[in-house]
Amino acid sequence: MNGIHRIETQLAKQAAFVGYLTAGDGGIDRSFEAAMALIQGGVNILELGVPFSDPIADGPVIQRAANRALQQGTTLEAIFGLAHRLRQQSDIPLILFSYLNPLLAIGAEKAIAAAARAGIDGLLLVDCPPEEAGEFYDACLNHGIAPIFVVAPSTPPERIAYLSQLGRGFLYYACRKGTTGIKAGLPEDFTQQMAYIKAKSHLPVVTGFGIASFEAAAQVLAHCSGVVVGSLFVKALEDNIELTALTQLAHTVFEGDRS
Amino acid sequence: MHHKPGFYGDFGGTYMPEVLFAPIQALQQAWTQLKYDAAFKQSLDKALKDYAGRPTALTDVPQFAKAIGASRVLLKREDLLHTGAHKLNNALGQCLLAKRLGKQRIIAETGAGQHGVATAAACARLGLTCVVYMGSEDIRRQAPNVLRMQLMGATVMPVDHGAATLKDAINEALRDWSAHFEESYYCLGSALGPHPYPDMVASFQSVIGTECQTQVQTLLGKNPDYIIACVGGGSNAIGLFSAFINDPKAKLIGVEAGGHGKRLGEHAARFQASTKGVLHGCYTYVLQDAHGQIAPTSSISAGLDYPAVGPQHAELYANHRATYVAIDDKQALEALSLLAKTEGIIAALESAHALAYARVLAPSLMPDQTILINLSGRGDKDLPTLMTQPALTEVLS
Repeated sequence: MNGIHRIETQLAKQAAFVGYLTAGDGGIDRSFEAAMALIQGGVNILELGVPFSDPIADGPVIQRAANRALQQGTTLEAIFGLAHRLRQQSDIPLILFSYLNPLLAIGAEKAIAAAARAGIDGLLLVDCPPEEAGEFYDACLNHGIAPIFVVAPSTPPERIAYLSQLGRGFLYYACRKGTTGIKAGLPEDFTQQMAYIKAKSHLPVVTGFGIASFEAAAQVLAHCSGVVVGSLFVKALEDNIELTALTQLAHTVFEGDRS
Repeated sequence: MHHKPGFYGDFGGTYMPEVLFAPIQALQQAWTQLKYDAAFKQSLDKALKDYAGRPTALTDVPQFAKAIGASRVLLKREDLLHTGAHKLNNALGQCLLAKRLGKQRIIAETGAGQHGVATAAACARLGLTCVVYMGSEDIRRQAPNVLRMQLMGATVMPVDHGAATLKDAINEALRDWSAHFEESYYCLGSALGPHPYPDMVASFQSVIGTECQTQVQTLLGKNPDYIIACVGGGSNAIGLFSAFINDPKAKLIGVEAGGHGKRLGEHAARFQASTKGVLHGCYTYVLQDAHGQIAPTSSISAGLDYPAVGPQHAELYANHRATYVAIDDKQALEALSLLAKTEGIIAALESAHALAYARVLAPSLMPDQTILINLSGRGDKDLPTLMTQPALTEVLS
């Protein structure tokens, strides 16, 4: 099963609970354990964030995590190793979430081939719109990896259709302006925006950016195919959360407090 | 090889998060319309003349020439422009454009503080709100400029992460813009970043070259043989080069910051390392490690202390139209002091790198050859740095 197919199958099966981790924050082993804890807590698609020195789309929480990961000497090779270990333990889709330059340093074909070998199923390049994705886009399709594109509140309607036509697996709706972070609730225009996007998109839509509570996640899931939680988990890891508590946190945010 | 707008050979592009796609597209459209709009050009020319003080002088510096062993050296005096550097050419242009777009809040980043001061002035003049991001390391070493920005009503936002210099200030300005693009305009200070900034900034700075070419022709009856400018992002250099690019006899030389050593992290000499990558929206030469992480940089000059370079310079380097050299901290300080002593002009540390290269070049010149140097800014802002320099204390004693 190639990566695109794995993502499609997962989204057809159930709502996507997407968890994000900055890979290498606390070391690669800690990332592995944290990923397994999230999967146990209901995460059924995992985003592995590649730390970058200049993360312009990220707020302070993920900026700090990237710094820590880089100080630990985290490399793309190590992240591919992490993906490979996770792939042996779990069948859920793994998405590489990266700024362009760390991949560019290796080269599109080499980087994507290595990602595919490691078991990566999708690629989201934060600072690379499809207009500039060229070689990476082609390499993804050649290796069965889903190129995933982001839609923002500022994306014009005709462009939503264009992005969803080029993308595979799902369309990622970053539902707020600005950067990643932990926010309360959802933006006021969320329902309306989502209706626009769904009307234009050929792909299932998964929403992220600032989702940090069960209430917000549930509201998102009422309108689209999945929800992404990132900074909440990254912050918990920064605060040295126990793995069992991380599993519980994932459970709580995706499925509500069952206690 | 790309042939689409926003690329210079292989370099340039619009590598930005999706949230900024629409604001950048709107800016591209506005710039396409206004670039050749007669009324817009007229209002900018008027502001440059009446407010900024254009044209700036072209100064023959015979004592400096003699001291370095050159027959003739000319300085284009952007240091005489209002606010003390070439930056105002661009800040006025972009702030006028922002007004046309109906934006009331201007975001800017600054390294040496010169672009921040220029933007603060333009905003005060045009009745706009101004927020300037500045690395806390730069705030420390360019303290006079912080006070100047504040006096003109700008809010200076310290940036503490990374090396707390220009690169980090741009990161933070981009984050602000992506959250506030509806009411805010990002006034980028150099000929870098996503399309259309390199073209727009180079276009606003081309006034330096156009004006200078006329002045040089009047003085010499021909173009100079060597045209030298310092290159951080590269806006003063591209502005000056633009008028001479089509004259194959005019040798264009960009001077980067050699810092205090040759290892990664000790300098900001992008063309010496010669590695390519994407930073702040464009594909260009970038100082980075083997894993594509952007490297720290070092220079005595805050305005040159940046790991990437504008895409037009990347292309001029790749196609060998221009040459890029590095000058270290000590050479820059010595040149600054030499020009001050011989001609009574205190150059900015950035511009002093260009002066220093003229010193290196002079011995190899023919007797009738002329050097033109862009004196992009004045050195008042550098006094706090200069006072802590043992090298300079030596020169002064």
